[in-house]
Amino acid sequence: MRVTGKNSGRFSALRLLKEALIGHRGWKPGWRNPVPKKKYDVIIVGGGGHGLATAHYLASKFNITSVAVIEKGWIGGGNVGRNTTIIRSNYLLDGNEPFYEFSLKLWEGLEQDVNYNAMVSQRGILNLIHTDAQRDAYRRRGNAMMLNGADAELLNTEQVRAECPFLNFDNNRFPIKGGLVQRRGGTVRHDAVAWGYARSADSHGVDIIQNCEVTGFRIRNGKCSGVETSKGFIGAKKIGVAVAGNSSRLMGMAGMRLPIESHVLQAFVSEGLKPIIPGVITFGAGHFYVSQSDKGGLVFGGDIDGYNSYAQRGNLPVVEDVCEGGMALMPMIGRARLLRMWGGIMDMSMDGSPIIDRTGIEGLYFNGGWCYGGFKATPGSGWVFAHLLATDEPHRTATELRFDRFQRGYMIDEKGSGAQPNLH
Amino acid sequence: MIIDHPLLGPRDSAEFTYLGDASLIDRPDWQDKKAACKFYEYLYLRDNPAGEHRELWYHEAGDRSWLVVTRNTVTHEITKVELARSVAKARGRSK
Repeated sequence: MRVTGKNSGRFSALRLLKEALIGHRGWKPGWRNPVPKKKYDVIIVGGGGHGLATAHYLASKFNITSVAVIEKGWIGGGNVGRNTTIIRSNYLLDGNEPFYEFSLKLWEGLEQDVNYNAMVSQRGILNLIHTDAQRDAYRRRGNAMMLNGADAELLNTEQVRAECPFLNFDNNRFPIKGGLVQRRGGTVRHDAVAWGYARSADSHGVDIIQNCEVTGFRIRNGKCSGVETSKGFIGAKKIGVAVAGNSSRLMGMAGMRLPIESHVLQAFVSEGLKPIIPGVITFGAGHFYVSQSDKGGLVFGGDIDGYNSYAQRGNLPVVEDVCEGGMALMPMIGRARLLRMWGGIMDMSMDGSPIIDRTGIEGLYFNGGWCYGGFKATPGSGWVFAHLLATDEPHRTATELRFDRFQRGYMIDEKGSGAQPNLH
Repeated sequence: MIIDHPLLGPRDSAEFTYLGDASLIDRPDWQDKKAACKFYEYLYLRDNPAGEHRELWYHEAGDRSWLVVTRNTVTHEITKVELARSVAKARGRSK
């Protein structure tokens, strides 16, 4: 059921022309600003990309429209607005790769699904190879990707040079010996993802309640019946929490301790430049990744700062480290001036992989632990979480993303660095 | 961040390596009847507070001592720095 009028804020060339003539006074908000009802079938805590996607898929694919998304700030103001906008599905392990490939396929149909231009651009992601051992590892990874229906292509030095002539191929310590490329990877306009999902969910009858902070869960006899909020108690049959970054704080209100630490990850954007970088490029000898936004800015990042943090800003040693990585990979970056830098808070899990699962509390469901790979997972996470909330069964691509995998010894540890969150 | 080392004075945090929550000092007894459960909690579960946090830092590029640093995870302000050895001894460890 679509509850908003067709003129609520739909964009088209004709509409833009018409609005230009009348001073843009006819635009209306893309979604309502409703007063919370007393009770819903499902409450999603967290109006970020994952929460809004969950609401969209609950309403549009699982036909559950009595849904509220509760957000303490404004939607899209958290990590969906603070990431480096990269999408890809180049994972190795069976617990991860089917899920991320499912998510990438959803990206490919996202704009038609939500009827919103999210600027999904499959410009490719290139992981550079610097040693023979790394080539072997990437060949294995590419094969694992293809076994799960993803695309992968191994390039030699000359093929990389043809696509990215500006890279420093003859770096004495880290010469470039090739690359693993996923052509279907790329970038997406991150804010539009939040807005598109929000408008679509709203049009299906989902209530998006902003500036409403959850202050507690009402739990009796092991059953959760709703949330206490700054706008009063709101009841629900099922509550899904999707607040990565603050997962420990929120689930702490339900008496749970999580296998998660919160860490800050910094990101950077340069001044606008002419088109120079064709896709997403990652350095294989350090932690550095870069792409160029459609506005021309180089968007790049590297490692997390490495200590527990809830501050949305980092420190200078990592800034230096990231910039050194950039200079080693493409010395021309030294000519660009840095325009902005910021930090976002990550749920760093104990094996570097996410959790989408029931909890020990009936009616309470959890989605988090995204480390710094949450953005690319947005559609998949939303669909899979909606599936779990609607059916009480994990989606076929998320059967290993369980809470108890740590206790049972089934970690999904892509890097093999163990229970040390700042190394993932 | 500057860590005020109890022996060496103020040092740049870049000289240190971060391990995590200072609860890692309290390794469970392997002979405990509930050892499996306790080791799971010790190894994987964290309080992860927003605010004051006691954590272990290793002075890798310095005197290689382990420190317990009390730091606010919201402001990054460091309010207390102790030698992990002293903390462990005070809890009856490393006699």
